Amino acid sequence: MTDAPASLFSHDPRLRRRRAAERRFHACGLAAILAGVAALLVLLGSVVASGTGAFRQARIHIPVMLAAEAVDPSGTGDAGAMARVTTITYGRIIEAALHDALAAAGIGTSATGDEIAAMISREAPARLRAMVLNRPELRGQRLTVPLLAAGRIDGYLRGRVTMADAERDRHVSAAQLELADAMVAAGLLRRNRNPAFLTATDASDLRPEAAGLGVAILGSAYMMLIVLALSLPLGVAAAIHLEEFAPRNRWTDLIEVNIANLAAVPSIVFGVLGLAIFINLAGLPQSTPLVGGLVLALMTLPTIIISAGAALRAVPPGLRDAALALGASRMQAVFHHVLPLAMPGILTGAIIGLAQALGETAPLLLIGMVAFVRDYPGAPPQGLLDPASALPAQIYNWTQRADPAFVERAWGAIIVLLALLLVMNAAAVVLRRRLERRW
Amino acid sequence: MPDSRLVAAILLLSIPAYILGRRRAVSAAAGGRLHSLPGHYGWAAVQLTVLPPLGLHLALAGAGWAGPAAQAAVALAALAGLGAALHRTRPGFRARHAVERGIAGFLLLASLVAIATTAGIVLSMLFETRRFFSLYDWRDFFFSTTWAPRFRGESQLGILPLLWGTLYISTVALAVAVPVGLFAAIHLSEYAGPRLRAVVKPALEILAGIPTIVYGLFALTVVGPMLRDHLAQPLGLGSGASSVMTAGLVMGIMLIPFVSSLSDDIISQVPQNLRDGALALGATRSEMIRRVVLPAALPGVVGAVLLAASRAIGETMIVVLGAGAAARLSLDPFEAMTTVTVKIVSQLTGDADFSAPEALVAFALGLTLFAVTLALNILALWIVRRYREQYE
Repeated sequence: MTDAPASLFSHDPRLRRRRAAERRFHACGLAAILAGVAALLVLLGSVVASGTGAFRQARIHIPVMLAAEAVDPSGTGDAGAMARVTTITYGRIIEAALHDALAAAGIGTSATGDEIAAMISREAPARLRAMVLNRPELRGQRLTVPLLAAGRIDGYLRGRVTMADAERDRHVSAAQLELADAMVAAGLLRRNRNPAFLTATDASDLRPEAAGLGVAILGSAYMMLIVLALSLPLGVAAAIHLEEFAPRNRWTDLIEVNIANLAAVPSIVFGVLGLAIFINLAGLPQSTPLVGGLVLALMTLPTIIISAGAALRAVPPGLRDAALALGASRMQAVFHHVLPLAMPGILTGAIIGLAQALGETAPLLLIGMVAFVRDYPGAPPQGLLDPASALPAQIYNWTQRADPAFVERAWGAIIVLLALLLVMNAAAVVLRRRLERRW
Repeated sequence: MPDSRLVAAILLLSIPAYILGRRRAVSAAAGGRLHSLPGHYGWAAVQLTVLPPLGLHLALAGAGWAGPAAQAAVALAALAGLGAALHRTRPGFRARHAVERGIAGFLLLASLVAIATTAGIVLSMLFETRRFFSLYDWRDFFFSTTWAPRFRGESQLGILPLLWGTLYISTVALAVAVPVGLFAAIHLSEYAGPRLRAVVKPALEILAGIPTIVYGLFALTVVGPMLRDHLAQPLGLGSGASSVMTAGLVMGIMLIPFVSSLSDDIISQVPQNLRDGALALGATRSEMIRRVVLPAALPGVVGAVLLAASRAIGETMIVVLGAGAAARLSLDPFEAMTTVTVKIVSQLTGDADFSAPEALVAFALGLTLFAVTLALNILALWIVRRYREQYE
């Protein structure tokens, strides 16, 4: 610092270096922020780009003749007799209807009979059969039914399956794809909304077009009920004990440190715990919402205790003192005054904890929630012991299937999951804004 | 009579218990003074009617005694409890104290659930790990460099390749998350105006709220193929979509908000007069941050990084979907590697045979994971707490 600056109006080299360093530092910060936001945008962009397709599905719209003698051989309309007609019969009905419709539309094709039949999903006969069994008056009628197209045909309309794929893929041929083009031109084949994606059950490897999230959404809802019923009361009770009643000693310190650590334990460890205790030791059945809910409740408990503790601490001590001065017991002061005032904060924390539990996958893998489940679980409480899936576990399950159509379904399921999380978090924000007081 | 109906019946008995207890207290007082509110007498009666029989029921079930005799004992306990409750209901009886003792007991029990969970984790895994080590030499587990489970036995279950994969992927993740998260936090707390803050902070928080399965699928179908097609294959570095880079990069993105929000808290706790002092001495903003704020915040930032590391080590779905399943000791970041968590999942899903070392090894892996993350967490929480006290 011996040489004085030459002039106040010109910068000496040292100051210029310092200014440059300042600009570099500033740019680094901006770049970091841009990187974070860009990562978010790419992630959300790929969710939307890859997932929205799952909500639309290709269907073949053709008139189907439900000949009475085929669907009701006894001719009596008796439900038991009609239920004995298998999906094979309905498959033949649909095949014949497709041939008729192609002839009526004047579409010629080089596809073989088997290939034409394979344009339609293997699930379509089962759905048609269920429809007729539900409404027996349909027999003998001719009606236009939307029939699910096969997964590869659906993929072709989306651009996922190309002519080049047809050469290599034994499940689809070029003739079928040309036929699909002709059917689209004739208006027989088109993509429309697919509400069944939210309600249908999972489907086997060969029929991705029929797979839906019904069981998974129901299973997740059951688990959330258990998590809420267990971890909210227990968490709030524990927080009240620690904040309001526990003496300040080593034992309380131990509990608090333990809770803070438990909140940071990897979620998969809770899965190992659930497997060892609830399934191997207590003998509860695998893949059930009960076990899943118990594991997630244990996992959510520390989060709820911590946020409830913070909410209780935020209530000013003057309120407690006033209640005590008026003759309330400590218990009355807490339950009549402190707890109601802390409730918005507690509920906000509970919703955020629930949202975490809803998206948690790893522990569910260990307790068998990734099993293939075709039946809806029953109504609670018995249904809590039926096998079910869960939203994140279903997503994982679909990523492990061979057909890439399932990956698109998985992205669609992610949209559903993120939408639910968005609703929950928005509810938490609204709750905080509307009810929280500043002291 | 099934047990669930017995429990329901006992719970239903609480209604008459409340009514009788309350009425008896009111009539016993006969217009005089009661010690507590009438409702307290009702609740005191409910507690004595319901809790001892339910406790007895649990104890009997735990001891393995079931059947009509046990049920009769439980029902008798409920009726005896009701009788005793009514007997003690006199105007001088301190019903409120009795009720509040009961509630305080429940609150204490609830706070012990967390302790019981930790104990359950440690004990169950210790138990199964002991069984594992009775079937498999612990020296081979900790020091062997080969991981090759076989269905027929003769498996080699060395943890070292898994630990290596875990550490490698976590290092890549931290190499992404720490600079980005830290610079973002610095920029947000020292440079950004309120408008930028109002947009960027919630955006980063969204990143933290996204479930890990979403990141996993992102790694599997977007980042993995992109790295393979645009980086690894043109440079001749590898040909697989699952790699250390894929998993590490995506995990890094996941950890950015974790690092940035923790560091933001810590940086904003540095007292303002330290900043003012540095600026008054002529430091530029970046000099002030590098020479004054960061050294002051360093312990807290280290704690935040340790917490992020513990997250990275325990993360499961991203590595299950993005890192691959091959256990390898290699330095190539474009090769598939696997982690402790991936192997816990793969050894325990499907039809695991819990008497074979191939399944039991997962508990030993789980215990190792628990011990490592616990140590990191305790250290990090201790550092952060020490740091907080410094400026309070």
